[in-house]
Amino acid sequence: MSKKLETMTPELRAFIEEWKAKPGNLIMVLHRVQQTYGYIPREIAIETSKILDVPLAKIYGVITFYNFFRLQKAGKYNVQVCLGTACYLRGGDDIIKEFERQLGVGLNATTDDGMFSVEAVRCLGCCGLAPVAVINGEVHGKLSSKDVTGIIKQYRDRG
Amino acid sequence: MAYESYVLVCGGTACCSGGGTTVVEAFKKELEAAGLKDKVQVVVTGCLGFCEQGPIVKILPQGTFYVQVKAEDVKEIVAEHLVKGRVVQRLCYDPEQAKKLVAEANIPFYQKQYRIVLRNCGIIDPEKIEDYIARDGYKAIEKVLFEMTPEQVVEEILKSGLRGRGGAGFPTGMKWKFAQQQPKGQKYMVCNADEGDPGAYMDRSTLEGDPHSILEAMTIAGYAIGASKGFIYIRAEYPLAIERLQIAIKQAHELGLLGDDILGSGFSFDIELRFGAGAFVCGEETALLQSIEGNRGMPKPRPPFPAVKGLWGRPTVINNVETLANIPVIINKGADWFNKIGTATTKGTKVFALTGKVNNSGLIEVPMGTTLREIIFDIGGGIRGGHQFKAAQTGGPSGGIIPPQFLDTPIDYESLAKIGSIMGSGGLIVMDETDCVVDIAKFYLDFTVDESCGKCAPCRIGGRKLLNYLNKITDGRGTEDDIKQLEAISDAMCKASLCGLGQTASNPVKSTLKYFMDEYMEHIKDKKCRAGKCSKLIQYKIDPAKCKGCTMCARKCPAAAISGTVKQPHAIDQTKCIKCGQCEQTCKFGAISHG
Repeated sequence: MSKKLETMTPELRAFIEEWKAKPGNLIMVLHRVQQTYGYIPREIAIETSKILDVPLAKIYGVITFYNFFRLQKAGKYNVQVCLGTACYLRGGDDIIKEFERQLGVGLNATTDDGMFSVEAVRCLGCCGLAPVAVINGEVHGKLSSKDVTGIIKQYRDRG
Repeated sequence: MAYESYVLVCGGTACCSGGGTTVVEAFKKELEAAGLKDKVQVVVTGCLGFCEQGPIVKILPQGTFYVQVKAEDVKEIVAEHLVKGRVVQRLCYDPEQAKKLVAEANIPFYQKQYRIVLRNCGIIDPEKIEDYIARDGYKAIEKVLFEMTPEQVVEEILKSGLRGRGGAGFPTGMKWKFAQQQPKGQKYMVCNADEGDPGAYMDRSTLEGDPHSILEAMTIAGYAIGASKGFIYIRAEYPLAIERLQIAIKQAHELGLLGDDILGSGFSFDIELRFGAGAFVCGEETALLQSIEGNRGMPKPRPPFPAVKGLWGRPTVINNVETLANIPVIINKGADWFNKIGTATTKGTKVFALTGKVNNSGLIEVPMGTTLREIIFDIGGGIRGGHQFKAAQTGGPSGGIIPPQFLDTPIDYESLAKIGSIMGSGGLIVMDETDCVVDIAKFYLDFTVDESCGKCAPCRIGGRKLLNYLNKITDGRGTEDDIKQLEAISDAMCKASLCGLGQTASNPVKSTLKYFMDEYMEHIKDKKCRAGKCSKLIQYKIDPAKCKGCTMCARKCPAAAISGTVKQPHAIDQTKCIKCGQCEQTCKFGAISHG
């Protein structure tokens, strides 16, 4: 299957032009790219390299250094399970395993239908609700493995 | 027009995601319906700290404190409390003692706390600059700009004894002094809001609850060191904090408190946000500067220190969020006032994110010198589910594990260092007897190995080696020689690593070896994990006296490790068992246990 190539949106282009002259712009630009596409597509990285006049190798050096940047598109619903210390102690890894088992995907992979991806993330900063999973910005707190089926269904039903 | 009552709804991340946003909507709707719209004001505040019991609602002027409030409860609060003036007992912290505990001051969680950094969190609306100004906000910058010279400001901070709250405890005034003494020219003021410790969210709550205090403090610092430009380096994972900072910066500009010629004083200072992208090492000063410059966040050897040669080669001061939040208060109330709080070597207060196996997890602020026992048992309400306290962990992946015999140590930088831990940025994680210390050491090592930038060999290779030995031990393949290796590598990493991350990465290993050697030896010699965490060392057993021979477990077992005939006790073949635990969950008679 050939992948659809992304094209740079006018808004993104305007943003990059605006930041072009500012020193230390690369990370801020990459944040904007990821915000636009959900990941950093190679063709956009190449174009960014041309506009900013920064070697592509440097761009990939930065992307791969930081956990936040992704090179693959996430599922429509991206399940981020917190593995900060508090969540780990209260069973966060059991929650991850249950999501992986029920969705049939491993970590950082997307289901075949493109609906779900599972990610382990660092502390989300709401330890009072541990263990926590965040799905497209919605927080599910005080989870147990039993809650996983219901949560998956809830998002499947939304389509 | 003054309002008669105020409804404060906690807008911290934990409460918001626990349903706080719908509670706010419900209050607005119900107040409108009850005709109280002009008499009662709804305020969305920063974190009130008691995250365990969220969403939290506080009613002023009575100070009534409602916990775990849902949108459905709002109608009752409006009808009973706000219309008739009667407290809704069932929503108070402890219904049985509701009369005593209705006010925040009577809840044990708040009694031993002393709030300087979090002075405005949970009291003001963080999106309104007027609220901050009403609580003496931007008074300190006025005092500094018109009554003090930059030298006097530095002197005041030096005198206060304030030390960096990011972890290492370097005197803040010294940092400022170094930068001030550099020749005039472009200098930078940077706020480190890259809170990467797993289990810590002090800075997030401060930024979400009181963003203006950081802007004011940075401006004061900028004036003191002669910088005209400031950067806040903040995690991209904190969208709410980012949004509130952006609003705050805009408001400060509108009132002339940021930008050119602040308050007509001739001093100009501006602040820009820069986003982190999820790299723990960027909490290290020199790595953070690399990241702001748009590079891979790799540390540089020091000296030269950033105060001499920092961002784009110019003198730069980097202060942590919590450190900065203290500054306006010190200026307003004076160094002598601040100096009286705390211990001989460590002044002021410390904010901790208290989490783990404790009853009341949440955000707390205590004077330096408070003991761990007071924090965990008085404020935290003791250990969850009637379990035993086993250890506390401070300082995240760079800190150590503190055993029960040190519960009465007064907390300051020196006392924590003496018992093998560090103050760190303020994560405080409580563990009980169901937590395995070897597993915890492994958890932290796993984190630092993942986050090591790879620039220097001691950290890159040493961390990986430590992790391999720990894995060997928890897999039941450990030998006594492994302990010697762990000790030797830990020492080498400590001495030879380039930056703070590598130098402290072995702390979890060193402290557990020091205080829990017996548990390491149990893993190695007896092939046993007393907490039942290390799955390879667990054995599942069937009690023949309790087994009814129902065959359920044998049918569930994915490895066909269970055999036996109907109505006869079954047995588990340990060589085939994959320790998935499904048999134990399936058994209706409680005949299967693990240990």
